[in-house]
Amino acid sequence: MDRDALEMRPDAAADWPDRIYDTLKAQAVTQVALVPDAGHARLIRRCLADPAMRVVTLTTEEEGVAMLVGGWLGGAKGVLLMQSSGVGNCINMLSLPVLHRAPLPMIVTMRGDYGEFNPAQVPMGSATQAVLEAMGTLVRRADTPGDVVPVVDATLRLAFNTYRPTAALLGQRLIGAKTFGKD
Amino acid sequence: MATDIPALDRRDVVRGLLEDRGNLLVVAGLGASAWDITAAGDCATNFPLWGGMGGAAMIGLGLALAQPDRRVLVITGDGEMLMGLGALCTIAVQSPPNLAVVVLDNEHYSETGGQETATRHGVDLVAIARGAGIGDCRAVHGAQEIGPLRNAIHATTAPLFAVVKIATGNHPLVLPPREGAFLTARFREAVLGPAAHHQL
Ligand SMILES: Cc1ncc(C[n+]2csc(CCOP(=O)(O)OP(=O)(O)O)c2C)c(N)n1
Ligand SMILES: [Mg+2]
Repeated sequence: MDRDALEMRPDAAADWPDRIYDTLKAQAVTQVALVPDAGHARLIRRCLADPAMRVVTLTTEEEGVAMLVGGWLGGAKGVLLMQSSGVGNCINMLSLPVLHRAPLPMIVTMRGDYGEFNPAQVPMGSATQAVLEAMGTLVRRADTPGDVVPVVDATLRLAFNTYRPTAALLGQRLIGAKTFGKD
Repeated sequence: MATDIPALDRRDVVRGLLEDRGNLLVVAGLGASAWDITAAGDCATNFPLWGGMGGAAMIGLGLALAQPDRRVLVITGDGEMLMGLGALCTIAVQSPPNLAVVVLDNEHYSETGGQETATRHGVDLVAIARGAGIGDCRAVHGAQEIGPLRNAIHATTAPLFAVVKIATGNHPLVLPPREGAFLTARFREAVLGPAAHHQL
């Protein structure tokens, strides 16, 4: 594990980010909007290396909600990648995919969830699922590597087949929590 | 600001920008901008917003990236643009050749009672867009500049950003359809054909 960065990333051996990438390809996702999270670093690298994917780094996560509604208007399928704190930035903008029946799959790496080190991550991390659901988003969770593909696949299908915002929450137990050598 | 020029009427500006629009896809920010594009003629390739304040330019970006062979115009208010200024950075970095954003700047939040916005106090949206890296940034004050702006929107090779200074005051409401699913479906059908409703 990387002990020089405060943010956590999965072990180099964990290959579930590659399986998420495979799932995005299987669903023909071409727009990837994101504000980076360490837990998404490997997936982001895979998307950046794919000339068929347009990776758009946002200044705030709500931009991605609006962007993917626009992408859908033009027939493009997209996904929004962010950490749980970014969900708070999206709240009002989630009105758009609800009002306009636009698919909006989100893949959210959880913080403040399981063994968190940073106190600032706890308030939004604790509220993430409730906030999404309050805004009409269908939420599914993955807490083990074996959950990841079925949960992400279901999240994408629910969005694209039933025209609504959906979210896969990737639990901190899956991603790993920063321990600063105290483990 | 050129105070000696009579302020432009927003409905005239929008009618002028949408003249002979051809294939142009139009997104309008919530409130008066949405009423303006509707007054110019409601149609399937209009996407008037009823909410999502701060999101209009980003909807335009997603659409422009998805439809690189179509031109996309976002028309929105100064208050709406101010709520999502980061979008100017994101758009500049992506640099879609087919996207134009026009801000109708009355220096007020007209829809909510005419309170002053930051542009009333000297905030310069053109300078902000230029600082973000958008190459073609224009401040428009005169009626004679609307025709050239309309032509530029149909000939961009990089993102275009324009602020059109307009008169304050409200026009009679000309409301677009309010049902969001309908607006989406009619727009997608116009762009993608009937296959839009069967996309997997
Ligand atoms: C998030 C959010 N905050 C506030 C409002 C209320 N609101 C609706 S329209 C509007 C003013 C928009 O002003 P501007 O974009 O300048 O449009 P115009 O002056 O052309 O009416 C405001 C504040 C809202 N709809 N959503
Ligand atoms: Mg205004």
